[in-house]
Amino acid sequence: MMTAPASITTTRRRERTPAAYVLEDGRIFRGQAYGAVGETFGEAVFNTGMTGYQETLTDPSYHRQIVAMTAPQIGNTGVNDEDPESSRIWVAGYVVRDPSRISSNWRATRSLDEELQAQGIVGISGIDTRALTRHLREAGAMRAGIFSGAALADDATMLERVRQAPQMEGADLCGEVATDAAYVVPAIGEKRFTVAALDLGIKGMTPHRMAERGIEVHVLPANATAEDVYAVNPDGVFFSNGPGDPATADGQVAVLREVLGRRTPFFGICFGNQLLGRALGFGTYKLKYGHRGINQPVQDRTTGKVEVTAHNHGFAVDAPLDRVSETPFGRVEVSHVCLNDDVVEGLQCLDQPAFSVQYHPEAAAGPHDAAYLFDRFVSLLEGQRA
Amino acid sequence: MPKRTDIQSVLVIGSGPIVIGQAAEFDYSGTQACRVLKAEGLRVILVNSNPATIMTDPEIADATYVEPITPEFVEKIIAKERPDALLPTLGGQTALNTAISLAEAGTLEKYNVELIGANVEAINKGEDRELFKGVVEAVKARIGHGESARSVICHSMEDVLAGVETLGGYPVVVRPSFTMGGAGSGFAHDEEDLRRIAGQGLTLSPTTEVLLEESILGWKEYELELMRDKHDNVVVVCSIENFDPMGVHTGDSITVAPSMTLTDREYQILRDIGIEVIREVGVDTGGCNIQFAVNPEDGRVIVIEMNPRVSRSSALASKATGFPIAKIAAKLAVGYTLDEIPNDITEETPASFEPTLDYVVVKVPRFAFEKFPSADATLTTTMKSVGEAMALGRNFPEALNKALRSLEKKGSQFDFVSEVGDKAELLAKAQIPTDGRINTVMDAIRAGATAEEVFESTKIDPWFVDQLFLIHEIAEELAEAEKLDPELLRHAKRHGFSDQQIGEIRGLRADVVREVRHALGIRPVYKTVDTCAAEFAAKTPYFYSSYDEESEVAPRTKPAVIILGSGPNRIGQGIEFDYSCVHASFALSDAGYETVMVNCNPETVSTDYDTSDRLYFEPLTLEDVLEIVHAEELAGPVAGVLVQLGGQTPLGLAQALKDNGVTIVGTSPEAIHLAEERGAFGRVLVEAGLPAPKHGTAFSFEEAKKIADEIGYPVLARPSYVLGGRGMEIVYDEPSLADYLKRHAGLISEHPVLIDRFLDDAIEIDVDALFDGDELYLGGVMEHIEEAGIHSGDSACALPPITLGGYDIKRLRAATEAIARGVGVRGLINIQFAMAGDILYVLEANPRASRTVPFTSKATAVPLAKAAARISLGATIADLRGEGLLPKEGDGGTLPLDAPVAVKEAVMPWSRFRDIHGRGVDTVLGPEMRSTGEVMGIDSVFGTAYAKSQAGAYGALPKSGRVFVSVANRDKRNLVFPARALVGLGFEILATSGTAEVLHRNGIDATIVRKHSEGEGPAGEKTIVQMIHDGEIDLIINTPFGTGSRLDGYEIRTAAVARSVPCLTTVQAMGAAVQGIDALRGGSVGVRSLQEHAAQLNASR
Repeated sequence: MMTAPASITTTRRRERTPAAYVLEDGRIFRGQAYGAVGETFGEAVFNTGMTGYQETLTDPSYHRQIVAMTAPQIGNTGVNDEDPESSRIWVAGYVVRDPSRISSNWRATRSLDEELQAQGIVGISGIDTRALTRHLREAGAMRAGIFSGAALADDATMLERVRQAPQMEGADLCGEVATDAAYVVPAIGEKRFTVAALDLGIKGMTPHRMAERGIEVHVLPANATAEDVYAVNPDGVFFSNGPGDPATADGQVAVLREVLGRRTPFFGICFGNQLLGRALGFGTYKLKYGHRGINQPVQDRTTGKVEVTAHNHGFAVDAPLDRVSETPFGRVEVSHVCLNDDVVEGLQCLDQPAFSVQYHPEAAAGPHDAAYLFDRFVSLLEGQRA
Repeated sequence: MPKRTDIQSVLVIGSGPIVIGQAAEFDYSGTQACRVLKAEGLRVILVNSNPATIMTDPEIADATYVEPITPEFVEKIIAKERPDALLPTLGGQTALNTAISLAEAGTLEKYNVELIGANVEAINKGEDRELFKGVVEAVKARIGHGESARSVICHSMEDVLAGVETLGGYPVVVRPSFTMGGAGSGFAHDEEDLRRIAGQGLTLSPTTEVLLEESILGWKEYELELMRDKHDNVVVVCSIENFDPMGVHTGDSITVAPSMTLTDREYQILRDIGIEVIREVGVDTGGCNIQFAVNPEDGRVIVIEMNPRVSRSSALASKATGFPIAKIAAKLAVGYTLDEIPNDITEETPASFEPTLDYVVVKVPRFAFEKFPSADATLTTTMKSVGEAMALGRNFPEALNKALRSLEKKGSQFDFVSEVGDKAELLAKAQIPTDGRINTVMDAIRAGATAEEVFESTKIDPWFVDQLFLIHEIAEELAEAEKLDPELLRHAKRHGFSDQQIGEIRGLRADVVREVRHALGIRPVYKTVDTCAAEFAAKTPYFYSSYDEESEVAPRTKPAVIILGSGPNRIGQGIEFDYSCVHASFALSDAGYETVMVNCNPETVSTDYDTSDRLYFEPLTLEDVLEIVHAEELAGPVAGVLVQLGGQTPLGLAQALKDNGVTIVGTSPEAIHLAEERGAFGRVLVEAGLPAPKHGTAFSFEEAKKIADEIGYPVLARPSYVLGGRGMEIVYDEPSLADYLKRHAGLISEHPVLIDRFLDDAIEIDVDALFDGDELYLGGVMEHIEEAGIHSGDSACALPPITLGGYDIKRLRAATEAIARGVGVRGLINIQFAMAGDILYVLEANPRASRTVPFTSKATAVPLAKAAARISLGATIADLRGEGLLPKEGDGGTLPLDAPVAVKEAVMPWSRFRDIHGRGVDTVLGPEMRSTGEVMGIDSVFGTAYAKSQAGAYGALPKSGRVFVSVANRDKRNLVFPARALVGLGFEILATSGTAEVLHRNGIDATIVRKHSEGEGPAGEKTIVQMIHDGEIDLIINTPFGTGSRLDGYEIRTAAVARSVPCLTTVQAMGAAVQGIDALRGGSVGVRSLQEHAAQLNASR
């Protein structure tokens, strides 16, 4: 039988701490604790990206969401200091099937498990993530909780705790994730433009993509006023992605209307797209289970070309696909559409230097197909100056 | 923009015979493409010389030409059919090279045929190394990433030697241009290596060009599969990571999808490079495959190469993701864009997306080194594997363990119970990549190696190494646990341990583990491969098992038939069996059954999710099949399991399945046993009054010696229960017999060895027949061209038989019926006979689909496998005649006089293998099968059909020139007539002294040439081997006397392989060749489609 000495470099199957993932509708998945032990609550969502867990975890748009990864092997490349999209992990909880025991990458400095523990992120591993995904697909996104260690209780108690947690609909969250103080991301190389970027949960890659194009980005807090915006004397204004229900962001919508009224070039991403929609008078609505992944086909309706794009949104703009809409700010058309389900993925003002997309051209994580949109923004800035 | 309206007909070129590096995957892709094009309303014209393919089924294309894939024959087809377009990207390197030749010769222009799917410029940019380097440079200039390994292009040995200096010394990689499967490439560690590898490479390359490259051994290796449409939409269908780092051909590596050890940033860099490369090369409609090396130290990316066509990896990627690359490539070629094509699996979403996986896929290669004992088994950049198995799991260990057991090879699974070896020795052994290195690594881990030590020795990524440690730790836990508690058992099952493995570790029988497991309710669930990680509902039931929570098998109402496939391709069990399984599925589906396919071979049509109603991509072991049967029984009624069509693999499971209460349809396991077991079969023959060669069954040398003494030498010795003549040898004397038993101790440990009288000079005959318990349908009678003693899979044969008369057929029919009845066949039976003198001996009977079923079916225009499947489920031959599945009257034994003659020729993998000294392996045929594939030549007379078969298999027979003849004494008598005929046809004959003497005495002029062993003459006269190398010989006839590399024949035959000179190793083949050459010289050889042949046959029936 086994006479060989145990390897000194790896651990035995670790002491398993049981954990439960409890959904609002009563479905319960049982697995083992991963990351921090304890309890956490949030909206249950799934992400279908096969790479980019570090970017996902640190994306502020995932604030108050418990993210399940459909890719089963997570953590293989560990954690480094270059790839995070913000200064901390934002997900409320993390659900994976098979976490890696080691980190294998020349840039890795620590393991994902360590990082989750260090940041107090409660997670669960070993559950049937595919069954979970199918359930959320059919039943829709809903509230959920992860319980492990002392927090693990009888089913009814846990379910009750989940049902007491706040809903995502009607949640005003950007203030919780945005910067408290304005800061500047300098242009890389020669500075050509100044842009005021409203941080509604901005990802680090977004100002970087602009800076690469000679834009000095003034990142402003979510509650910045129109005065704050114009105080930086911007060539253009940018509204970022962010968590929560766009229907609550009345303050930002008011700022945006002012920007449109002054015909300042505007670009919005994700939450910023929803806010442009609202500023133009369209409604927004909650998708059944959202788009979260890096393989979504979006068609640019002006060129007919399809780009494979990174998505992270639970809400969408309700605008007609089949015609140009008249709005208080002139004519507007839907410029981009998701080919999977015809969800509005971009708005283009025809009488205004303003456009926005629902997905993530900054692409971290995700494909770089939509990077051209930053060039489009630069053209607007150039056009304004000319 | 929808389909183009200016294309009405398309010519599709297949990939020809199965060879190493170009296998069944091209049948899969070609079949998909043809179906799509036909569904689009185009007239599809197909050429493929390989009859054992689904694509050459007459219903797949409108006109199917089983003709040689040479520019000459394809031009004839173009001239006859006048297609609007030619699609060359789905038939591997063969199709691409043929299309380029036709384009360059102006043939396409002459007949106004448009090349679609790729243009000549793009193909050259992708395939020509110098041009491709330029592509990579352009990409780097644009996006700042990707570079080529530093390299030099060489056209001569002088260039090569100078090139090494430029690169800064050894080791260097040598890669010949335009060869498939990396043929001829390798690592040179010193000048001797270099001269050998580069010398052969220069020869193999059609452009006499090799590339020398800096060594990136040990780097991480990745592949991306991309598709692009005419609107420049590009998607990456799949990323693949090689478990074995750089240095092993990707076809020989264990590979994993999706990539496991890249961050998003690094992955996106590969994706960006890939997209820019496909753009720069200019593949504007279709797929391509790009390979990368990544330095594990700093992430430096080198773009290794690209294939501007559908490849083996694209077949793998299609099966791994559910994204049908070939099908979509065909649609793009005729004008669609990706966003216009729906995703088959979701039906709702478009194909312009990138599949995302929520499982892990592992592919493992299957090798056949046991067939080539003298070949060097070290894995290099030349592909040597003959097949592969793929498995899916919800984590890497589960997928890996399933894949390893799918290989169905002794020792392929991890072994945790044998004695622990020496760590240092095992680590040293693991340093050199070979078949089974992963098992050596596991042994090293068992012997106490650390992860660092394993990495140092193998450069396998630490993540994969840790996964092996994880598997090992679970094995240790299993061994140490006081009892097999449910949690531990589930934990082991979730990591892919089989009941068998758990049993071995715990000292239990596998069936006991299974009972315990079932009692605890620990059973697998079945998940769907859906391209989208469950984001959208899947409409296509393509399943894999996992020990997870929720199963997705939907209930059904129609009775299901579960068809067991044949597993990984190997020599002796290849695509022919897949062909029969696919036919069964089609026929049973038509007959109202729900068809359920089980197989683990990603290269096949059977594992296309379109082929059957349900597909289970699972290992073909008892455990895995029983669980599928259980899952399907829960889903609805199950009519039974069909085991007859997938070769030895499912046949071997039949009895155990039945013992576990599973209904086996068709021939019963008992009947199968009756045919396999010599004693029982002997009684069947006696009862039927049929003679078999004298034989006996032995468990020891003493018994074997006694039998052999009684029978008289030479004898044919072989283990029972094997396929493809594994271990079969002609034994000439007692010491050889003792040696034989010693060498095959492993094979005969479980089953006895069979000793038969060897029939010298007999004609061997193969018969495929159907039997329904009452009536016999003689499918076809094949007469071998080589004499008995050469494995039937390796010998050429003709159908209808060319020298047998009506009386012989009558006797064959009677014997076949007697055996079928005696054994109790319900379906197909294959019998091998030998006619010696006037006596008809029965060599063996196999109550299952044989390797020749597709050939027989195509030669006679009757779908035998479909009929067999129906008979298995209770239909009678009379029913099938009534339905029209079988001819109303007559059968394959009563073919009309004007029936076409079909010749099957085997294709051997000689050029792939070298011994450890780097020399070729011998090419002599014997009783052990070694061919990888086959071609069919079909025409109105034997000579032309034979000539076509040679052209399809090895290159055309010469019409004039120099023939070198050197034959064994026993063949000299039979040499005279064909030699005289060759002289009559204008050939110059060269011979070694002994053979020349015989010819002279018979009045035939022959020039004496020096043997290799005589060396160069005093005046610099060349030896025959030198002459072959210098291209001075056009045809070689060399029959062996004894084997071994000390003999001249070996040098001659290996030189012939190296120079691609046709080389016949039997006198019978020489006779056939003479007829073929005569036919070629006699005037133009025509081409005719299978549909035309069938119409003629049916008209005369």
